[in-house]
Amino acid sequence: MHSADITIDNITKIEGTAGLKVTIENDQVKDLKFIIKDYRRFYIEAVKGKPIMAAPSFLSRICGTCSVAHLFASIEAIEKSQGIEVTEQTKLLRRLAYDGLMIRDHALHLYFFVLPDVLGIDSILDIPDDTDNFGHVLLHDSFDIKKLGSDITDVIIGAAIHAPIPTIGGFLKNPDPSKFPELIARLENIRPQVIRGIKTFFDYPSELIRNSDYLALRNNQRYDFIEGEIVNTSGKRVPEAEFHNFLKSVVIPYSQAEGYVFSDSHEDYLVGSLARLNLNLDQLHPRTKAGAVDFLSVFPSNNVYHNNVAQAIEILQCVEDAIDILKTIQISDEKLVRKSLQSGIGVGVVEAPRGVLYHKAKVNGQGVITDYDVIVPTAQNQINIENDLKKYFEENLGKDKKQLQLEAEKIIRAYDPCMSCATNFLKIDWISS
Amino acid sequence: MNQTVTTITPKKLNIGWFSFTCSEDSTILLTELLNTHFDEWKNLVDFKHFKALKTNNSLENIDVAFIEGAISSDSQADEVKKIRDNTKYVVAIGACACTGMPSSSRNNFGSKEIDEQVAWYLSHFDYSNKVRRLDEVIKVDEKVEGCPMNKDRFIEVLGKYLKEF
Repeated sequence: MHSADITIDNITKIEGTAGLKVTIENDQVKDLKFIIKDYRRFYIEAVKGKPIMAAPSFLSRICGTCSVAHLFASIEAIEKSQGIEVTEQTKLLRRLAYDGLMIRDHALHLYFFVLPDVLGIDSILDIPDDTDNFGHVLLHDSFDIKKLGSDITDVIIGAAIHAPIPTIGGFLKNPDPSKFPELIARLENIRPQVIRGIKTFFDYPSELIRNSDYLALRNNQRYDFIEGEIVNTSGKRVPEAEFHNFLKSVVIPYSQAEGYVFSDSHEDYLVGSLARLNLNLDQLHPRTKAGAVDFLSVFPSNNVYHNNVAQAIEILQCVEDAIDILKTIQISDEKLVRKSLQSGIGVGVVEAPRGVLYHKAKVNGQGVITDYDVIVPTAQNQINIENDLKKYFEENLGKDKKQLQLEAEKIIRAYDPCMSCATNFLKIDWISS
Repeated sequence: MNQTVTTITPKKLNIGWFSFTCSEDSTILLTELLNTHFDEWKNLVDFKHFKALKTNNSLENIDVAFIEGAISSDSQADEVKKIRDNTKYVVAIGACACTGMPSSSRNNFGSKEIDEQVAWYLSHFDYSNKVRRLDEVIKVDEKVEGCPMNKDRFIEVLGKYLKEF
């Protein structure tokens, strides 16, 4: 291919709207733009002036699929601004709800968005209605897995999307333990289906390797999505409160979302399941290590398609973690932890399904939000995605245009990007030029 | 006498599912409803346009368009008008399509909220002055309110159109 313009107006089978424009001249990639197209809703401005009790529920509306991540990050930020320390029971129930989120969200991405690439079809809607067909088996696995994740969140926090029960200081209502045995039995029974999924995405022969840096939360006690320090591949450790100093935001004039690089090296980096597994492999649950033993040898990995495998392994990790919590937790009738309102600043950092998510709340003495910041995973991955695509196109210019388009979409899909999230910004280093 | 056996394929309801400015929570809820309804709906419904699930999408012969999200720009308005022109019925899905909120929060912004960064995005891309709910742009036949949509009401509306077609 000597010269060509390749445009994908709407990348499909992702969350939200994004496009790609590539200009090839004289057998070289002259220009490549990954364009996030979702219109901003300016929630970070809109949350100012709201009472702290209303903020987390409002901000969960940033995203439909990972609303629980935004809810928990916002609650944590506000609790820290108020000096509220929640109980061990609350911490465990949040962890359990988060397991439900990860199981459902990862399964949605893997089976509804990526599986058609694995099967060489356009859509799950094209899978034959034949119980012997492997695609049919996997699709029905996904229904069972997703429903189990949703049911865990329903029981613990009242809903999978915009959950009404978690609040500042704990839970508005404690879960009903009589529902736990059925969840435990279903979690125990789902393992073979989850492992079939891991094998499927492991066997998917796609590769794009670039030496990315990785960034994730790490807790030395366990594989954790909620508590820990932020670490990267080169060994830097950053407390949650210092996270935004670790990054530099970059305005991307053609995209509705800004990107991020490390503030010191100005290098791009990747967040998400691949980063988490690369940096926390040793912390996986013993039963996850045993169940996924045939698929762990590729980690740490620089192949971006292994983000799919990492998500599938994390589903198993969350299944095992949820079983442990459900079997051991004793629910007591706890009340919310409350303190007198105070002015303060708090930071909440969690691992959303797509990577590190940062919320920062500034609160006045009347308990009103005066300033707010959010850094979301897909915005952090934006520059990395673009650089991966440049490498792919530079190395594959001999392929025909249709093939290049198809492969580019697969690469973007492997990141599991979320455009609804991406169009919310952090207000640092703003340079309008 | 030769007998010809003809198999009659029942007509399916042609559906389009579209998302504009929102969190796409109703899309996610729909993917959850598929956990238990996929096998049933596959025989009754043909998803002609569903960007979250397929690449080969078409606006042709759509009976019912389900539209989620508020309208942030003239280009989005043109897009929903095109959908309206190509479909028999339009259903507004979720709070942002039905009421504008919370996606239309910026309609209430004053100069304090519109700082340099917000102003740059508003002027740099084709944002319209106001974010609009769907029925401010096109005729809407039914609404499924909620954030995310009320799933029982969605199933009721879908059932109504399945009967009609």
